[in-house]
Amino acid sequence: MLATLEGAVTAAVLALTAVGLSLVFGVMRVVNVAHGEFFMLGAVLAWWVAHLAGGHAAVGFGLALVVAPVLVGLIAALADVAVLKRVGYDPERTIVATIGILYIIQQVTLMTYGPDARPVEPPFNTRIPLPWFEFTDQGFALYWPWGLSTTSYKLAVIGASGVVLLTVRLLMTRTRIGLLMRATQLDRETALAFGIPVDRVYAVVFAIGAGLAALAAVLIVPISQAHYLMGGDPLLLSFIVVIIGGLGSLPGTVVAAILIRLSDGIISVFFSPTLAKILATLLVALVLVFRPQGLFGGARA
Amino acid sequence: MISRSLALHGGLIALLCVLQFVLPAYHHGNLARIMVLATYAGAYNIMFGYTGLLSLGHALFFAAGMYGMGLAMQHGGLSPAPAMAVGLLAGLAVSAVLGVLALRTAGVAFMIVTLMFAQAGYLAILYFGNWTRGDEGFVIQQAERALAGIDLSDPTNRYFAALVLFALGMGLTLRLVRSRFGRVLVAIRENEERTRMLGYDVFAHKLGAVILSGTLSAVAGAAYGLLFGYVGATFGAVQYSIFPLLWVLLGGAGTVIGPFLGTLFMFYLIDLSSGITSAYMLVAGVALVLLTLFAPQGLAGEIRARLWRWLP
Repeated sequence: MLATLEGAVTAAVLALTAVGLSLVFGVMRVVNVAHGEFFMLGAVLAWWVAHLAGGHAAVGFGLALVVAPVLVGLIAALADVAVLKRVGYDPERTIVATIGILYIIQQVTLMTYGPDARPVEPPFNTRIPLPWFEFTDQGFALYWPWGLSTTSYKLAVIGASGVVLLTVRLLMTRTRIGLLMRATQLDRETALAFGIPVDRVYAVVFAIGAGLAALAAVLIVPISQAHYLMGGDPLLLSFIVVIIGGLGSLPGTVVAAILIRLSDGIISVFFSPTLAKILATLLVALVLVFRPQGLFGGARA
Repeated sequence: MISRSLALHGGLIALLCVLQFVLPAYHHGNLARIMVLATYAGAYNIMFGYTGLLSLGHALFFAAGMYGMGLAMQHGGLSPAPAMAVGLLAGLAVSAVLGVLALRTAGVAFMIVTLMFAQAGYLAILYFGNWTRGDEGFVIQQAERALAGIDLSDPTNRYFAALVLFALGMGLTLRLVRSRFGRVLVAIRENEERTRMLGYDVFAHKLGAVILSGTLSAVAGAAYGLLFGYVGATFGAVQYSIFPLLWVLLGGAGTVIGPFLGTLFMFYLIDLSSGITSAYMLVAGVALVLLTLFAPQGLAGEIRARLWRWLP
């Protein structure tokens, strides 16, 4: 039960990160290898903002929640216009270019922020005890054992992620910009012919994708810590999630994120974490080999 | 045409041979390293440059050779010559399995699949830490590093061993480019559908390229471990899959001399910049971005486009 709840927190954050990656892939057909670094940048910026703001923890955190994703989005848009656009979104060259961007972001962070892991204070953090049911000699009993608890912040993370995911969904299906994105996704040439500014749509999508990763990072940073190498795991996991969920499918991505996190917990009960990672990576590779449209993807688009 | 290419590549080997007697010790050691790594880059080039298959998991082959050799010496008690053979066979086996699986996919999926398999391989090295000593790696003792009575830990011998390996790798690539098989690979790179329509077995040719490239990478990995006496998990990590891509891109994909130029250039770029800053990977990142933007053909590729159209 406790493991499930912890799993739900990481699943929520992972879903946010992966949806960002999936959006970028879906609309732009670009595999963004630097996605994990945008995640890391979000966390590091959150620390900067919270550090500079001072005052009550909630002030700094609230500011970080707005400033970090916007800044990361701007950086991503800049990278899109300066680099990706100029290689013509050729799949192979964009992968190489984003690998380059990955190293640039990572190393610049190392040079400015340093190699330490730094925490950000959560805005609120009350302990919520969880009930535990048990059948004893006296019959059914209810306990509040010490240690079995969660914090209000963790629940808030789950809630916030849900809200953001819904917003993204609404943005895609109900608004004009979402319509433009979907049009571009379906057929770039025709969209261009209909006067859709495809270049600008791409920049916005890339920014939103990176912003989502940054937002996820800001949410998780009070639970874990900000570190310049923290982008590796989310990148790998997001890839796994996006591939299992079917490339470019948003609901599939969310389902896969939850599935992966829950199964991850179960696998790591039986195996060591390294072996669990090996199995997960191999599984994903084999899914790609034998079911390239993903487990939840329909027929190939 | 053939004589010009022979003069160029033979000249390079001769130059490297002469440099051995001129260079100061530090650069001497560096160049030996560069030649082994350039062999690795050349192997990568067979797949990426000539066949058009972009792999992000070549560290798997490099590490397979290195650990095949290292473990055979460390735990199997083999002498270097059979241990090198074990490394070669390990590369052959791994690349055959990976080829059969990964070649079912194409394009972006192929890159991700190779990346994932290499990651699994890297994690496996860490997981079997009892034998591989994980991140720490293990040292091959100086006394054991002798091939046919020649002490490979001696700088001069080491340099010549690296030179022989490099020359063999380059000779192999030159042969390949002129062979029927190599020409079909280039045809696949240019237009896979048309090649298939002309009646060539595209899958078999691609598999051949993967196996050839993987095995040569493994030999380079085994030689690296033997010549420099260290086997470690870092050589199986993502960076060592990215490096050959970087070297080949920089030097010029699909040229025989390109991988060497790229390795030489990048090695010294990082060597010089690491004197200034600890974040030397920044240089690699900037180089990658600038390359994709301004010189997608690399150094040798630009030379071929502008000066020497005959460059193989």
